Amino acid sequence: MRILLQLWSWFDDRTGASAVWKATAGHLVPRNTGWWYVFGSATLVAFIVQVATGIALATIYVPSTANAYSTLQFISTQAKWGHLLRGLHYFGASAMILLVGIHVTRTYLMAAYKYPREMSWLSGSALLLLIVGMGFTGQLLRWDQVAFWSVYIAAEQAGRVPFIGKTLAHFILAGNTVGGATLSRFFAFHVFFIPMLIFGFIGIHLYLVLRNGISEPPKKGRPVDPRTYRAWYEDMLKREGHSFWPNAAWRDVVFGVAVIVVLVALAWVVGAPHLSKPPDPTILQAEPRPDWYLLWYFALLALTPPKLESYVMILAPLFFVLFLILPPLVANKGERSAWRRPWAIGLVVTCWMMIGTLWIEGKRAPWSPDFSAVSLPAEIVHASSGPIYEGAQLFHAKGCEYCHTVSGFGGHRGPDLTYVRDRLSSDQMTILIVNGGVNMPAFGGLLKSEELANLIAFLDSRSRTEAKNEQH
Amino acid sequence: MNMSPDSMRAKKPQEPVRQERARDKEWDRRFFNKLSLALVGFASVLVGVPVIGFLVDPLFRASPRLWRQVGAVDDFKLGDIAEVSFDDTSALPWAGLTSKTAAWLYRRGEQEFVAYSANCSHLGCPVRWEADAQLFMCPCHGGVYYKNGNVAAGPPPRGLTKYPVRVQNGQVEILTSPAPIT
Repeated sequence: MRILLQLWSWFDDRTGASAVWKATAGHLVPRNTGWWYVFGSATLVAFIVQVATGIALATIYVPSTANAYSTLQFISTQAKWGHLLRGLHYFGASAMILLVGIHVTRTYLMAAYKYPREMSWLSGSALLLLIVGMGFTGQLLRWDQVAFWSVYIAAEQAGRVPFIGKTLAHFILAGNTVGGATLSRFFAFHVFFIPMLIFGFIGIHLYLVLRNGISEPPKKGRPVDPRTYRAWYEDMLKREGHSFWPNAAWRDVVFGVAVIVVLVALAWVVGAPHLSKPPDPTILQAEPRPDWYLLWYFALLALTPPKLESYVMILAPLFFVLFLILPPLVANKGERSAWRRPWAIGLVVTCWMMIGTLWIEGKRAPWSPDFSAVSLPAEIVHASSGPIYEGAQLFHAKGCEYCHTVSGFGGHRGPDLTYVRDRLSSDQMTILIVNGGVNMPAFGGLLKSEELANLIAFLDSRSRTEAKNEQH
Repeated sequence: MNMSPDSMRAKKPQEPVRQERARDKEWDRRFFNKLSLALVGFASVLVGVPVIGFLVDPLFRASPRLWRQVGAVDDFKLGDIAEVSFDDTSALPWAGLTSKTAAWLYRRGEQEFVAYSANCSHLGCPVRWEADAQLFMCPCHGGVYYKNGNVAAGPPPRGLTKYPVRVQNGQVEILTSPAPIT
């Protein structure tokens, strides 16, 4: 025991370990921080899970376009714990995105970005963007069909940037087309470059917490005045502060452990994200979709009018970055309480509602043709021969059903045609089908006149009165 | 007080001499500051140029464009559209499956072919040919094209990109081309 103590005091003398511990874990924090303050540390916990699982996965994963898919299959089906680890890495990424989203919302609502913590906000903003970057590059490393086409989608978007678009696009592809160099490039960014930046910014972010102290929970009518704030904060800490460890840290520990338990449980029960078909450019039956955390952006690109789209693709991310940079620069003093900052509440509610609705739409993707639509069953067609029956067959064969719903069958791109006869006359339908409409191809050259007549016969039978007659 | 050997020997340094020394020191300080920064800059360039050059190299590496056979003329039915694929030029040895490029080939006449890129002109998703409907459809944002490659519906800003195609000795050949970036 004495030897151990002597060893420790030697070590401590040469390294200053206990002094560092006292200055960091022992630093004074406001007394009433509470549970709202756990989301930053929880993001860090999820990041540590990502580092650990990422290193483990990288021991098997081969970042070559020829082999990555088979190594992923090996990890998912044969490697011990592989399925769980891939799941953990996926849910860890999801958790980081979700937790950093909550963390930034919390610090914004509590105006923690005001004096003297402007740089905390800005370094956190950099981390937020880097985490999204990790999410995107990570999905591409799941080198399946979806990942393969996602690279094209990324390159196409980069291609919309004025002047340097093509160069950027070819930089992303690492050549003229997706090839051998593409995946290893994303691997290097996902595994070395972006994590290096994340480590650096986490260091800055944590150092700034020590330098400026953790922001005290805001109080109505107690504005931040840069001339007096530091003195007031120091004084408040001396009066009523307590050391971070363990008085405040225990909440971070409890929540952080809960995050890990949930992640492991999800990875255990749900497992690794599904691998779609192999990354074979000749399999054109593909439906590329981003992972859930970018699904809202996918929806945004689908719902933007095509004429504005290029501007949205370039300006929306720029505006997003601008919104992140602005708060501490334009409003670094004054009221911190959200109840006195109605615009802040409005902005947060608007943002979450926008992302939320876009997310739901992205999940539904009503703008995509529903290639899985099956031929309408007889009990809906109400005919087993004749023009109505033939028309119903054409409705499926000619692709109408990919975009139009009839009695619950079919896609959602165009209007629901279950009762179309109640809205449109035969002539109106004919004009629409022949000439096309908003987002509808002109079928005039694609249908023989007999086919058109059958199709109209089928659509003519789609009315409420018709449905009632059938019932009686 | 700085006790350098010089100042110890000279018991009472003259005032102008002291000022001169201070000036020299200030000059030294500035010189070493600039020298160090310049050296760091030089070393950064020394390492940075090859690193950046290596990263952007693919941008300047022009792959040769070659005519690739995709099948005999008679393999394709008149008026039909079929999927074909061909090998990229200068594909890397570890490219595996991705060294291939798929295209849609339309036999418009006896000896007349049109080759379309499989990438949607909107965001590059793979369009599929729906033979019954006689339309190309994109699974991502609902872009639709006619048989001639023109936009029929949806967000695509222009028609499908066409690859140069020719018939040589009864074989259909497509000219390898960079991925179309709209």
